[in-house]
Amino acid sequence: MPFEGIGAAVRRKEDARFLSGRGNYTDDINRPGQLHAFVRRSDRPHARIGRIDTEQAAKAPGVVAVFTGADMAADNVGGLPCGWQIHNKDGSPMKEPPHPVIAVDKVRHVGDPVAVVVAETKQAAKDAAELIEIDYQELPAVASVRDAIAPGASLVHDDAPGNICYDWHIGDKALVDAAFAKAAKVVKLELTNNRLIPNAMEPRAAVGDFDPHGGDFTLYTTSQNPHVIRLLMGAFVLHIPENKLRVVAPDVGGGFGSKIYHYAEEAIVTWAAGKVRRPVKWTAERNESFMSDAHGRDHDTMAEMALDADGNFLALRVSTLANMGGYLSTFAPCIPTYLYATLLAGVYKTPVIYCEVKAVFTNTVPVDAYRGAGRPEATFLLERLVDACARDTGMDRVAIRRKNFIPADAFPYQTPVALQYDSGDYQATLDACLKAADYAGFEARRAAAAAKGKLRGIGISTYLEACGIAPSAVVGSLGARAGLYEVANIKVHPTGSVSVYTGTHSHGQGHETTLAQLVTDQLGVPFDQVEVVHGDTGKIPFGMGTYGSRSLAVGGTAMVKAMDKIIAKGKKIAAHLMEASVEDIEFKDGQFSVAGTDKSKTLTDISLAAYVPHNYPIEELEPGLDETAFYDPKNFTFPGGCHVAEVEIDKDTGVAEVVNFVAVDDVGRVINPMIVEGQVQGGVAQGIGQALLENAVYDEGGQLLSGSFMDYSMPRANDLPMIKVGTETTLCTHNPLGVKGCGEVGAIGSPPAVINAVIDALKDYGVRHIDMPASPQKLWSIIRSGTPRMAAE
Amino acid sequence: MPQVALTVNGKQHTVEVEGRTLLVELLREKLGLTGTHVGCDTSQCGACVVHVDGVSAKSCTMLALQADGTNVLTIEGLAAADGTLHPMQEMFREHHALQCGFCTPGMVMSAVDLVNSHPQGLTEKQIREGLEGNLCRCTGYHNIVKAIAAAWPLMHQKAAAE
Repeated sequence: MPFEGIGAAVRRKEDARFLSGRGNYTDDINRPGQLHAFVRRSDRPHARIGRIDTEQAAKAPGVVAVFTGADMAADNVGGLPCGWQIHNKDGSPMKEPPHPVIAVDKVRHVGDPVAVVVAETKQAAKDAAELIEIDYQELPAVASVRDAIAPGASLVHDDAPGNICYDWHIGDKALVDAAFAKAAKVVKLELTNNRLIPNAMEPRAAVGDFDPHGGDFTLYTTSQNPHVIRLLMGAFVLHIPENKLRVVAPDVGGGFGSKIYHYAEEAIVTWAAGKVRRPVKWTAERNESFMSDAHGRDHDTMAEMALDADGNFLALRVSTLANMGGYLSTFAPCIPTYLYATLLAGVYKTPVIYCEVKAVFTNTVPVDAYRGAGRPEATFLLERLVDACARDTGMDRVAIRRKNFIPADAFPYQTPVALQYDSGDYQATLDACLKAADYAGFEARRAAAAAKGKLRGIGISTYLEACGIAPSAVVGSLGARAGLYEVANIKVHPTGSVSVYTGTHSHGQGHETTLAQLVTDQLGVPFDQVEVVHGDTGKIPFGMGTYGSRSLAVGGTAMVKAMDKIIAKGKKIAAHLMEASVEDIEFKDGQFSVAGTDKSKTLTDISLAAYVPHNYPIEELEPGLDETAFYDPKNFTFPGGCHVAEVEIDKDTGVAEVVNFVAVDDVGRVINPMIVEGQVQGGVAQGIGQALLENAVYDEGGQLLSGSFMDYSMPRANDLPMIKVGTETTLCTHNPLGVKGCGEVGAIGSPPAVINAVIDALKDYGVRHIDMPASPQKLWSIIRSGTPRMAAE
Repeated sequence: MPQVALTVNGKQHTVEVEGRTLLVELLREKLGLTGTHVGCDTSQCGACVVHVDGVSAKSCTMLALQADGTNVLTIEGLAAADGTLHPMQEMFREHHALQCGFCTPGMVMSAVDLVNSHPQGLTEKQIREGLEGNLCRCTGYHNIVKAIAAAWPLMHQKAAAE
């Protein structure tokens, strides 16, 4: 048997269907008698809705029904719920204004749904939607957090004064202020983390189906967590009990966070299917993705580091304005708080930290988690600030990092901002990355680039993140309204093949392969006899889905626990069959054997006996070999590492090109190195995209200017270099696999490495900071207006 | 309604369409060939790329009526009749050049045309420039570039042998 267990670069099971056009994405699903929905969206950023005239639309050819928010309200449909409650500094809860599925009295961003047409064809629905007449009374709009908190600003929600959702803090302010008062040096940096649009390649889609015989609803949807959608939509929005609602998330074409949330269209097609008693399908056009998928990032921050005379970090003080958009998306409130401020220790032993965050409503699309979610914002802030500290103190960028690293022998390490890190070795990842990037040889490359008229710079980022989300009791105490455990059901079938039913969801991560490797490793079942099933509440006991790099650390551990139960039961059956005591049965490589003898039974012998229990300990043991485990993690996991970027800037055009990129990450034990490398490369590509290309731009009036692939600069093949990936491993200490997670590290570590490299390239131009994206226009302006300090030499 | 007659993956079809029906809509909705995907509405992402008379084309940017009389190849028709994957499909699998799989059909069809149209060889730079019309959000293109480079000799050796 080829080695296909833990550590093998097994080629992916899912590829055969994806490469042959046999994937089954939501828009590929067509139900008998299916109708099509088109959502008429607001083109106004902020307006009161007067009369909505649907008469002409309702009479248009092929139209079956036209619905407005009033129709849903009349049917007692609830608003879209928020899954996390943050408390203000004074202990009072955040403002949590209603979020109607279809806008009722007001629209709050361009893209807000105003009406829905259901028709025989998509074109008929779209044509008819144009016939709906809407009277808007326009209101002044606020698009940026600065505008939104200005005195007298227009209110997005009447019951959120000053447009403040919450005013939250963490850390000991008095201790931090005292440390600043006696600091030898204080380094300040004001920065923004640019707003991004996730843009998974598959646009969101949903098909609602209603079976009038039993009154059962089925929703097919592009979701990262079908059970969570069933819970939120069933319990809070449509009031359908779980036993009457099945949610299927089939093949999903990328998520990156944007497909976690419960979206309006999921409720619309499910509810409408019940109303018209026919299946209803909705598929987003890309322009709808831009104006209705949750966006990411969008922070304005002031950060200050206090240092002693030797360059030791004494204290960190941070104040952030976080844009929430027009409504609270499902997990929005926890992103700039518990997934951001708790990460501000990073890899450094900064003794005291204080961070305050004001979350602000604006007339923009809701903002929620996007690949990394909070951790990229924390990492960008820290790694830019550390470079600024090096610059302002005259210390070397590598030396100041090494001096302040949490040492490898300090774990478990308690940070001043709540988290306790279990393991890591930041010197090791830094050393390996500097070596792989030939950091020592950089100045020669800089000189060679200068000789051909290019500005070359190198940048470092040493980062840490928290994932493996999350211990339920901990997140519950922090405001989460759900548990974040995971579930695995493993069936060993009578003739020995295995089905794994996991509550996590794969939308590109390759779980069908990686999770099967766990089974091959633990149960000794050949890889091709293991099938992984995910994404269907009708098949899987429960699950919280995939985000926060949790699938292996939490979902994989649930599988290990379920397989432990299978082995324990198998030993009892084997003991009976081989007339030995259970204590003498050993299990290894798929064989149950009696210690010290040559007697053994295969797992298939045992499973057959379990399902055909003719000779079986039936008095003490149930038939079957089918076990389920729920696993609630004990802690977050803490991947980290070092990224080094090298850029060349063309002086004439201002174009920055990443010419070399190396990532060395500690993601814990690696199950499939090929997949880990691919995950890191993909994350780095998104990080380079954020640093150099991508930017969601609203004008002052709240119109989205970057609303298509013509306007929003997605990284293309020619924008990116080959991305070298390495790993340095310390094991996670609190899960049996020792895994930490690799899905987000690339997007978290890379943006500051790139910007640090750009600033290094421009070091002779007196540039202290550049906000992302470092566009050609920005860099060209700096080069044109700046006088190189070294020019005279 | 007007009719369009075309060959898709070796099979002849005559289909009634609206004047505004796009080729990709004909493929997905009339013929049930859902392997070809729609990822945008501005002809930017390339998830819908098929071959029309042997040349790659964005099927979202072509009216079904314009395909009248043509020979169309989609991702479903790329492998051999016995199911043996095309060398480009095989190299995408070997080099982990796909993750979520959504851009993959268009990416593979573009890549096949790119290799076919460069019999003299393909540099990394040419591959990256050749993928200008195809977006991937998962892979960072690293492994796609590797897969196409690896498929080039396989495809041209095969062509030379035939």
